[in-house]
Amino acid sequence: MSYIKKPVARHPSLQPNALGLTVRDYEGSMSTLCAGCGHDSITAAIVRALFELDVPPHRLAKLSGIGCSSKTPTYFVSGAHGFNSAHGRMPAIATGANAANRDLIYIGVSGDGDSLSIGLGQMVHAMRRNVRMLYVIENNGVYGLTKGQFSASSDVGSKSKRGEANTQPPIDPVMLALNIGATFVARSFSGDKAQLVPILKAALRHDGFALVDVISPCVTFNDHEGSTKSYLHTRKHQLPVVAADFVPHAQEITASYEAGTVKDVRMHDGSVVRLHKVAPDYDPTNRTAAWAYLEDHQRRGQIPTGLLYLDESGSEMHAAAKTTKRPLVDLRYEELCPGGAALRELQDEYR
Amino acid sequence: MQQPLKTKVNDYAFKLANVNGTGSASANSLLMQAIFRMGIPVSGKNLFPSNIQGLPTWYEIRVNRDGHTSRTAEYDLMVAMNSETYARDIKEVRPGGWVLYDSTFPLDKALLRPDVTFLGVPYAQLCNEAFPEVRQRTLMKNICYVGTLAALMGIDMEVISGMLEEKFSRKPALRDSNRKAIEIGRRYALDHLPCPLPISLERMDATKDCILIDGNTATALGCLYAGATVAAWYPITPSTSVLDAFTSLCARYRTDDKTGERRYCILQAEDELAAIGMVIGASWMGARSFTSTAGPGISLMNELIGLAYYAEIPAVIVDVQRVGPSTGMPTRTQQGDILLCAYASHGDTKHIVLFPADPGECFHFAVQAFDLAERFQTPVFMLTDLDIGMNDWVVPRLEWDDAYRPDRGRVLSREDLEKMPKFHRYSPEDELAVAARTLPGVHSKGAFFTRGSGHNKLGGYTEIPDEYQEVMDRLLRKHRAARDHVPAPVIERREGAQIGVVTLGGCDRAVRESLGQLEEHGVRADYMRVRGFPFPAAVEAFLEEHELVFVVEQNRDAQLRSLLTLETGVPKDKLRSVLAYGGFPLQAKQVVDGVMAQLKTGVDA
Repeated sequence: MSYIKKPVARHPSLQPNALGLTVRDYEGSMSTLCAGCGHDSITAAIVRALFELDVPPHRLAKLSGIGCSSKTPTYFVSGAHGFNSAHGRMPAIATGANAANRDLIYIGVSGDGDSLSIGLGQMVHAMRRNVRMLYVIENNGVYGLTKGQFSASSDVGSKSKRGEANTQPPIDPVMLALNIGATFVARSFSGDKAQLVPILKAALRHDGFALVDVISPCVTFNDHEGSTKSYLHTRKHQLPVVAADFVPHAQEITASYEAGTVKDVRMHDGSVVRLHKVAPDYDPTNRTAAWAYLEDHQRRGQIPTGLLYLDESGSEMHAAAKTTKRPLVDLRYEELCPGGAALRELQDEYR
Repeated sequence: MQQPLKTKVNDYAFKLANVNGTGSASANSLLMQAIFRMGIPVSGKNLFPSNIQGLPTWYEIRVNRDGHTSRTAEYDLMVAMNSETYARDIKEVRPGGWVLYDSTFPLDKALLRPDVTFLGVPYAQLCNEAFPEVRQRTLMKNICYVGTLAALMGIDMEVISGMLEEKFSRKPALRDSNRKAIEIGRRYALDHLPCPLPISLERMDATKDCILIDGNTATALGCLYAGATVAAWYPITPSTSVLDAFTSLCARYRTDDKTGERRYCILQAEDELAAIGMVIGASWMGARSFTSTAGPGISLMNELIGLAYYAEIPAVIVDVQRVGPSTGMPTRTQQGDILLCAYASHGDTKHIVLFPADPGECFHFAVQAFDLAERFQTPVFMLTDLDIGMNDWVVPRLEWDDAYRPDRGRVLSREDLEKMPKFHRYSPEDELAVAARTLPGVHSKGAFFTRGSGHNKLGGYTEIPDEYQEVMDRLLRKHRAARDHVPAPVIERREGAQIGVVTLGGCDRAVRESLGQLEEHGVRADYMRVRGFPFPAAVEAFLEEHELVFVVEQNRDAQLRSLLTLETGVPKDKLRSVLAYGGFPLQAKQVVDGVMAQLKTGVDA
């Protein structure tokens, strides 16, 4: 979002992480999005989450499609390979990349146009396949780069900048994900970094597809009165139902909580996600109940946020496919080619 | 009156007319395989409907001692097992030939022809008496005629029994019922029919160093041997069996005996848009990856093919061509995707395309496709077709050189990057106009942003005309450089040749056969089979050398001819087209007729 390029000087107060890197090492090039764009806050949250998780930059792969949201992978972790692909096609490219190298950390950044219209099929199939990746939808309810058309996430009655009201029902990625069987489903708000960063950290540790839908207001085309994706509207109607704490596996859990308000979920790498129930009647580990709760509250115009559903027992793509634990890109050719003798023998069957 | 047909040994064709879904496919391939094992050059063409059960389907078998096994429509014998198609099937037999039919039901007198001999065997009745179950009776009727044909043509019964033993080694009940059905059909023929017919088989020694394999299986083998680890695809006729074969080959050769872990990942995508996306993602990571599809799939993949071209990501795309446009005729063959693949995607794009002629080349070209894709960092197409892909072909045994190692092209290692002051994705270029690439996960210094948007030679985003053009111009140089690396054309010269005949892919056998027949008509032709695009210099030289060149291909719009005129300096009017695009494999006769007709017109004009 900056108009002024940040100086590279390192402030002495910058704390290094376990790799000796500071938060600046997780930044990317300067954003060219509009000043105040929600996407830049999400970028900052991603930077923070990766820094705090001590992710080696070169072990990250960041992918996107086309649109304002899809520009953002340029703005974090310059030391990671990025792939700005084609509109709505990032999920397939991420799937293939993950198939080839299961050891990297994958972040896909998309928007409501990229994911809920042109790329809807690919997104749900990546969920269905349970590709291990963090999938962020920067959801602003509008096509920004083409100047303000309604997107598939626009609510009925939400008004465009020119004053027209949307009449078609929205596609809600959270409800969709619950329906498809996604194992990590969260919604947050770009203006709520305290909520977002722990969610992103938990998502990056999830053993499967992690959907994080982030309401991210478009200051230029969808932040006016009558829009249901504006800063004001979101602040007013946000209903945090679950807060997540991410506890690295090395760290001991010491705090004590009132019975029934906290639920710990152990991630595959041994770390723990501690879910604080802000709404006592919400259970983020019960898909049916979560769906009913969200349906009920959203009908009333509320925007429930938090780590809304988590199931760490699913099989991610490679587990289901029984792929070798070693990344396929690391296999030597000798491990792949059966050789001339085998070919001679095999051909006896083609006689 | 019956015309006596002279004795034809190891040189005739017969056709089998069946109902699909009745087990005729196994009976027919059993016949073809038996002839192959008798050492005789043979081909089998399956002309089947886009349907699972109940529609007419045909199978043609041609035996030819000289190895001319392209399709012929001159049938000496018809096995008429489908009363629905009796009329047209009986019409197709050549004068003096035979019709073998099920005489359980009387044949309509109107169908009879005085110039062919009708051989009736009451298959339904015999099978109803011999087999208790209804489904079995249907299936065994087809197996039964194998026995009859064995008696009529002299197919070695020892060969047939050996095959049944192998095929049903784990299903003795099936083996026994098959054997019984064959014996019933054979016995009846020996007792009631004039065995052997003048068309007959005699053992030869021409196939001992050969195998019987379809192109899709051979393609899958090539991908296995090339070291491909990620395959992504969407089911589509006629390419589905590429992935079926790849899946079973990987299960056999790439599964850990102890843990069951797989050294491959096969993704059945949600559509072809996703399939090519997955291939690009996997190749970006550094895996050898491919997809297999047909024309409709290529249409869908066009978008991301352009991305791979512009961002310079390797990808191998197998297109088993079928009849277009649109859904077209999914179970019929054509060469209609030549231009589509050569220039796939919007904007200025040009691709490397390989044109194998038979399953043997499918195997070798598949391996080469991966080398080219990685060497040139670009999508590579391998264009086969339904005839090559799904029919069994007799080809020399596949040879493998254990010294082969994949050509990964210019990929920087961790050590390379450590030594470099700074890495830029698209420069400097080598003599092939290729720049070095880096793989994700290796080193931060190699990190860059892969993009399909405008970029300069350093890999940065650009909208500046000169910077954009500089990259586009290099891509063109790179494509040109590939012409010395694709398979060279096969050229065969004849002394005193007056014309040139050019073709590609699966037309090869029919065109070669036609050259001999043209010579009988007094026309001597040099032959060139194009095997790769961009065209090697030898292609243009051949065209230049000849006053008149006939381009034989299986599509309406003369796509190879168009490509030759677009990409060489050869004047368009010296290239004449011979086209066959109805959906059945090419016949030598079509080539001869096409050439002769135009030569006559030429003389008259």
